[in-house]
This record gives sequence, structure tokens and C-alpha cells, in this order.
Amino acid sequence: MIDTIFHMALVLAMPPLLLGVIGKTKAAFAGRVGAPFLQPYYDMGRLMQKGIVLSDSTTWVFRAGPVVTLAATLFASLLVPLGRHAAPISFEGDMILFAYLFALGRFFTTTAALDTASSFEGMGAAREVTFSCLAEPTLFFALITLTRLSGTMSLTPMLQHVTLPVWLATGAALILLLAGLFVVVLAENCRIPFDDPNTHLELTMIHEVMVLDHSGPYFCCILYGAALKLYLLGALFVNIALPFSSGNGFLDWGIFACGMLGLAVAIGVVESVMARLRLIRVPQLLVAALILTAFSLVLVVR
Amino acid sequence: MLFFDMMRDPAFLVLCAIVLAGCSGLPGLFLRHGTLGQRLASVAALTSSLLALPSILYLLLGGGEASFTLNWNLPFGPCEVALDPLSLFFLIPIFLIFPAGSLYALGYWPAKSQASEKSVTFFYGLLACAMAMVVVARNGFLFMMSWEVMALSGYFLLVAEHGEKEVRSAGIVYLVASHLGGAALTALFASLFWITGSFSFPAPHSLAVAGGVTSTLFLLALAGFGSKAGMMPLHLWLPSAHANAPSHVSALLSGVMLKVGIYGLLRVISFVSERPLWWGALLASVGLTSALAGICVASAQKDIKRLLAYSSIENLGIITTGIGLFLLGEGSGNPRLAFLGLAAALFHVLNHAIFKPLLFFCAGSVMHAAGTRDLDRMGGLARRLPFTAFFALCGSIAICGLPPFNGFASEMLLYLGFFGEARSAVPFVALGAPVLAMVGGVAVIAFVKLYGIAFLGEPRTEAAAKGHEAPVTMLAPIGLLAALSLLGGLFPPVFMALVQPALRALAPDTGLVSALPVPPVWFAVAGGSVIILAAVLYLFLQGRVKGRQASGPTWGCGYLRPSPRIQYTGSSFGAFFSSLSGALIRTRLHVDPVTGLAPSAARLSYAPEETLLHRVVLPFLNIAGVACAFLRRLQHGEVQIYILYIFATLMLLLLWVH
Repeated sequence: MIDTIFHMALVLAMPPLLLGVIGKTKAAFAGRVGAPFLQPYYDMGRLMQKGIVLSDSTTWVFRAGPVVTLAATLFASLLVPLGRHAAPISFEGDMILFAYLFALGRFFTTTAALDTASSFEGMGAAREVTFSCLAEPTLFFALITLTRLSGTMSLTPMLQHVTLPVWLATGAALILLLAGLFVVVLAENCRIPFDDPNTHLELTMIHEVMVLDHSGPYFCCILYGAALKLYLLGALFVNIALPFSSGNGFLDWGIFACGMLGLAVAIGVVESVMARLRLIRVPQLLVAALILTAFSLVLVVR
Repeated sequence: MLFFDMMRDPAFLVLCAIVLAGCSGLPGLFLRHGTLGQRLASVAALTSSLLALPSILYLLLGGGEASFTLNWNLPFGPCEVALDPLSLFFLIPIFLIFPAGSLYALGYWPAKSQASEKSVTFFYGLLACAMAMVVVARNGFLFMMSWEVMALSGYFLLVAEHGEKEVRSAGIVYLVASHLGGAALTALFASLFWITGSFSFPAPHSLAVAGGVTSTLFLLALAGFGSKAGMMPLHLWLPSAHANAPSHVSALLSGVMLKVGIYGLLRVISFVSERPLWWGALLASVGLTSALAGICVASAQKDIKRLLAYSSIENLGIITTGIGLFLLGEGSGNPRLAFLGLAAALFHVLNHAIFKPLLFFCAGSVMHAAGTRDLDRMGGLARRLPFTAFFALCGSIAICGLPPFNGFASEMLLYLGFFGEARSAVPFVALGAPVLAMVGGVAVIAFVKLYGIAFLGEPRTEAAAKGHEAPVTMLAPIGLLAALSLLGGLFPPVFMALVQPALRALAPDTGLVSALPVPPVWFAVAGGSVIILAAVLYLFLQGRVKGRQASGPTWGCGYLRPSPRIQYTGSSFGAFFSSLSGALIRTRLHVDPVTGLAPSAARLSYAPEETLLHRVVLPFLNIAGVACAFLRRLQHGEVQIYILYIFATLMLLLLWVH
């Protein structure tokens, strides 16, 4: 029970902090002070206070988009274990539900984008669905490798199976798998090098351009949902990357939270040292990630 | 008294319903006013379904079987029809979609405005009857007769608008493909006769002959039934046939007739006692190829019905993959894989028979409203057709295999089958999971495009702006199918209960793993929570912004005079993905450029190309046509001489026999 409460608290409260940490890291690299860590929370609070402007072209689908996406992501948050603590909901096959809930969110985000009748948003939607159908097989390859390692088909036992001895035995495979997963985390969350969340040129954007017409509380839903998605996919990564258990339940929560912050710093570093890829290059990188995870499977089978 | 006793027999009721379905269009042929005939046909269709469905469910769930033998004076053995779990299971889609389509036709293909209504209504009933006969027949000869009636009534339905050249050529391709498939099936039943000495179907698992012979049978069945089920590369006839038929006919062809092909394949497989492992491998790879290639081509289509037709190829590919996994699991002594594969296949048969007709019905309403099948000329229909738009959204989510609808439940079973194989010594089979994930991803492209471009945004043409909502006779079947789709997604055990008897009949060994590996409650919990959470959030946000809502034009990024024409079209939406898939999807451009000093009107049109048909098959057929030109002399169109041919052939055969 207490674990479930901790789980919910972390999942609900922590995601925007990751955005703050990424921003601060990027500022540090650029030699600026940067916005406070809690800036994303302030932004979301302010958005909740605002009214909205609705485009004349839109229907209820436009307003349902952010809402369904957030609802699906929230349910997905119950399926991922955080560190050494089991997820509140765990059953055989939950990782498929996990992946498909994100797909449901994507379906609604992109249809909401098409509802605005803006060609820029249509462009963003087309890119989003195209890139993610290349990123999805990578995630599934990683899951197959994990299933083979752990012999289970549920996220919690699968990820908790990855411990220090497993790392020592199959380190090479896990490193390849992590590399693939890191690319998926960046691509699915529209971070550099796939997409620049800070860009202001509509032609080059993916995620941000799809939500141009959303405002007020609905936009807050979108920002929060995006942060939550980053958090959940990041948790998948951190669970594998940090195979430690301190033996103490509370300490484990701390280790996990530090891991997540570390991941945010890593993303910040990637964003600071890399430029956005040309759109033509993006599929190539995604396919490369796919092949990396496929290699990890080969290494495990050998 | 005897009559009443017989009416108490559910199996007899099913047969009555089949006959009633076949006769449903008859009165209309003799009535001068088409409207009455069409209404009578719908009443007959609904009655047949009310007779059949409860009886089918009763027999299926109660474990009843029945068989009837008709005495016919033909030299092909006893004419047996039987209802076993497999037949009963495949009768469900027929008696679900046939009345729905018949009701839908009242608004969609009304006798008042459609001259072809009488023949369409008649052949619609005949098609349903023939499909049901195929499914219940236990005699090879009866099977082939019903099969031919099915194929031909399909042809007459599909050429309802034979005034158009495109429709006629689609009809010819359909006819050729369906007869090539029929030839394979004739060879199949002839070889069965040669082996067993009778046209009656052999009992399940009874056929034990040398490997080469059974494999020939299997390959013949795969060619014949696979071409009907639209497996790649035997799918060439399917897209244009399903696109050019009236929408309620497309729904029946796509939702049900393709499944009859799957039924035939399963039936033939059930005869054989020893099934080699490579059958499963072949089916699984054909299935995955069909699924991936089908959905990739679908994502490039701009014709709404052609897109749906290609997505049928994808879904039938998924079903075939499931059957492949079943055979692989059985061959390698893995009951879990066999159970999951077959359960997924049969479950998906039901699911596809629900959401595909749903989407074809919606496409029909959209075509009525926008006056075109071209997605790039639609838009903004959600305002004009709010109910159709809502149901189409349900169908699109379901067909992408997303929770909380039924497509997710069956795909989940297939995924579990694949993932379970990751633990085996050599996890080749597990590689299907990423392919299926890719299929799911591309399906999202195809259906976000279909839904977003047709229903959302601004209308791209005058006609689309003036569309009107469909009448209630068209909306009722759509709504029913949408509700069933949600039911299957939230409570998969309801559908699994129908799947189980057929599963046990086909694969008694899988009885060991009769329960789903996923506790089914999680489908309801996940789907229900997402729906409730979304509804609560929606209401909360609506309340939050109440009174603080402004409206204005869409942000044009600084451009002040936007027009509906600058919106992303369906073609532009799919273009980015098409550019990645290269040779598989090509677009053909027709350009009449501006030339000369006084140029005439210039125009440019584009359409996705049928690469395989236009680049490989048609050139080959043209060469064959030239080579066989001398045979044309036999084909002169004089009927009396044709009858002479038949007579001469029969005489020669008689001579040969004696």
C-alpha cells in the first residue's frame, strides 16, 4: 500500500522536474544561469489559470486529443516499476498494453492536430506517426531480449530481473539494448537530435507544431502528458541501467529518483552537444537503433 | 405436428434461415415498386438473422452438432450439410453483417434512385445464402457449387454500376482471379476424391497419406482459399473489387467473404492428421508479409475504400499469421503457442468482421455526403455527420488494434504467442513481434489519415461542405457494430466463449491451456479506466474554461489568407512514409502540361500505382493473350455453338470412361 502511494506520488509529481533539469543542464552548457528547476511547474500552474482560444475549424476531437492522451499515459504509469519497487498493476502481457497506450495517445494527438486544418500541424502529425512506427519495433526488440533474459512477460519481473549478476553475464547485450532504448526515449519524446522542443520554426518541428493551436488548461495537459511520457520511458531505461538494490525500501526510491535525474542530465548533455538531425537522417538513426537492439537479442541467444 | 417439432430444432432453424436469406431478394424481382421489395428483403434478412443467431449461439455454447443428408440423384455421393463448431463459428459473421448491410442498403442504395437496386438486393441475399452453404457443406461437390454461386453473385454485386469503365475492369479482374482460385479448389476436391474415393469430406484428422500428397493438398488449398482471402501475392483482385462495389456489398465482401477463404483453409487443415512444420512456417511468413505490405500500401492510398480494402489484406494477414503459429505450435509440441495462435486468429476473424463492415458503412455515408471516394477532396465532415464521425472514430481505433476496442484483444494474444517463443532455444518465431509492432504503427498512419482527412479540418470541396448526416436506417447498423467492437475490447471473454468451441474442435490438444494467459479483467480495467479518466478530465477542463473561451481562425503561422486548399491532404500525409518504403509504393502522375502559344487546359492528376498488377501481372497476361490468340476463334459469342461444345465434351468424356 505504502509503495503504491509512493509510486503514485513520484509518477504524478516528478515528471515536470525532469524538464527543469534538462533546461538547467542546457543552460549550464551555454554558460547561462537558466530558469529555476521548478519552472515547468510554474508554467503549468499558470496555464491552468488561463482561458482558451479555440480555432473555428475544430470539433470536439480537438479537445479530446490532449485529454485522452493524458488519460492513456496516466494508466500506463501504473504499469512501470520504479527502481526495485513493483508496479501497482502487473500481469502477463502488460508491456504490450504499455506500448499500445502510447500508441492510443499518439492516435489522438495526431487526429487533434489534423482537426485544426493547418498544414503545419498536418506536417507534424505525418512526421510523428512515421517516426514512431520506426521506433516501435525497437522497443519490441528490447522487450523480446528482456523476455528471453527473465523468462517473464510482464514489465515488473522483467525489469527487476536485471540485477548485477545479470549485467556481469550479459553486459554487452544490455549495453546495446540500452543504446537502442535511449534512442527510443529521445525519439518518442521529440528531443534533440530528432526534434527541437525549443525551436520556433514551424517547418522543422514535430511535436511542438502539432500542438500549436492548443492553449490554456488543454495545453497544460499536453505538456504534463509529454513530461509523463518522458518519465515513463525514462523509467524503463533507468530500471535496466541501475541494477542496484540497497536492501532498504526507502533508499531504493532515492536511488531511482537520482537515476531519473541523471537521465535528465544526460538528455540535457545530448541536447547541448548535438544539433538536430536533418529530417531525412532521422529514419536512418531509428533503423540503426532497431538493429542495435536486434544485435542485443542475437548476443543473448548465442 | 412434425413441422413444429422441427421448428424446435435449432439446427433446422439455421438451415431455414439460410434458405430465407437466399430468397430475401426474390419478391422484389416481381414487384413493380422497388421500395416495397427492398423493405421486404430487409425484413427477411432481419428475420433470418433472428432465427439463425440465437440458434447458432445455442448450438455453439451448448456443444450441439447436427447433420442433415439430402437425397439428390446426382452421382456425387450423399449431399450432406452439417453444423459443427467450426461451421457455426463462421456462420456468426454472415448472419451479423448480412442483415446489417441489408438495413443499411435501405438508405444507401434506395430503390427510388438506383436502377440496379433489384438485382443488387437479389444477389445480396443470394451471396449470403451461398456463403452460408459453403460453410455448412460437407460434400466437395456441394461445396464447389455453393462456392461458384458465391463467387458469381459477388461478381454481379460488384458490377452494380457497370456503366463505369473502372467498375467493369475491376469485375473482370475479380472474375479471372476467382476462377483461377476455383480451378485450384476443383483440383483439391478431385484429389480428395482420388484419395478417399468419395466427395464427402473426410472426418477430422483422418487423412493420413504420404507426406507429398497431403502437402500438395495443402498447397492447392492455400492457392484456392488464399486467393479468396486476399493473401499476398494473390490479392491483386481485391482492392479494386472492394473499392468499386457499393459500400454495403464491400462490407459483406470484406467482412465476411474473405473469412470464408479462411474457413476453407482451416477445414482442409482439419482433415489432415499429420501436419508438417513447414506449413506453419509458410503460413506465418505469408501472413506477416501480407500484413506488413498490405498496410504499407494502404497508408499510401487516397481512395477511402481502396485504403480499407488494403487494410483487409493486412487483417487477413494477421489471421493467417495466427493460423501459422497454431500449426507451428502443434508441430513442435507447444500447446501454448498453438492455443494462442489459433485463438488470436479466430478472435480476429470476429473482430475484423465487426470493425471492417463498420468502416465500410461509414465510408458509404461519407461518399453520399461528399460525392467522391477521393480522400483529398473531403474534409470537415465531422461537423456535418457527427454520428457517423463518432462511429468511424471507434472503428478506426479498433482497426489499429488500440485499447479499449476489440482489435487490441486479439492482437494481444498474437503478441503473447510471439513473446512466449522468445524463451525457446532458437527464438525465430519471436521476431514476428517487432513486425507486428511495425504493422500496428503503420496502421496508425493509415487510419489517422483516413479519419483526420475525411472528417476533420475544413471541407476541401463545395460538395464536402454541403454533406448531410445519414438516415437512421444507416446509422443503426453502424452504431450496433461500434458497440460490439467496444464490448469485445472491454470484455474479451464474451468473444472468447464463441471462439473456444471452434478451437477445441480444431485442436483438441490445446485443451491443456484453455484459459487466457492474461487475466481478462485487466482489459476491462485498462479500457474502463482510460475511458472514465478521459471523461472526467474532459468535463473538468470544460468546467475550468467555461466563460473564458474565445474563438478565432487557426494559427496560420503569420499567413493571413489561408484557404482549405492549403491543408495537408491525405496524399501529403502519407507521402513521408511512402518516401521511406520505396519501390513498394509508387505514385503515377498524369500530366497535361501547358504547351504552345494558345495552351488548352492543363491538368495534373496522381494516383498510387498497383505496382505488382501493372508492372508484372498485366504485361505477363498480355503476352499470354498474344500467344493464345488462336484460341479466340473458339470464343465467338454464339450460344448454340457453346452448347455444342458442352455436348461434345460430355460425349468424349463418356467414351473415355467406358
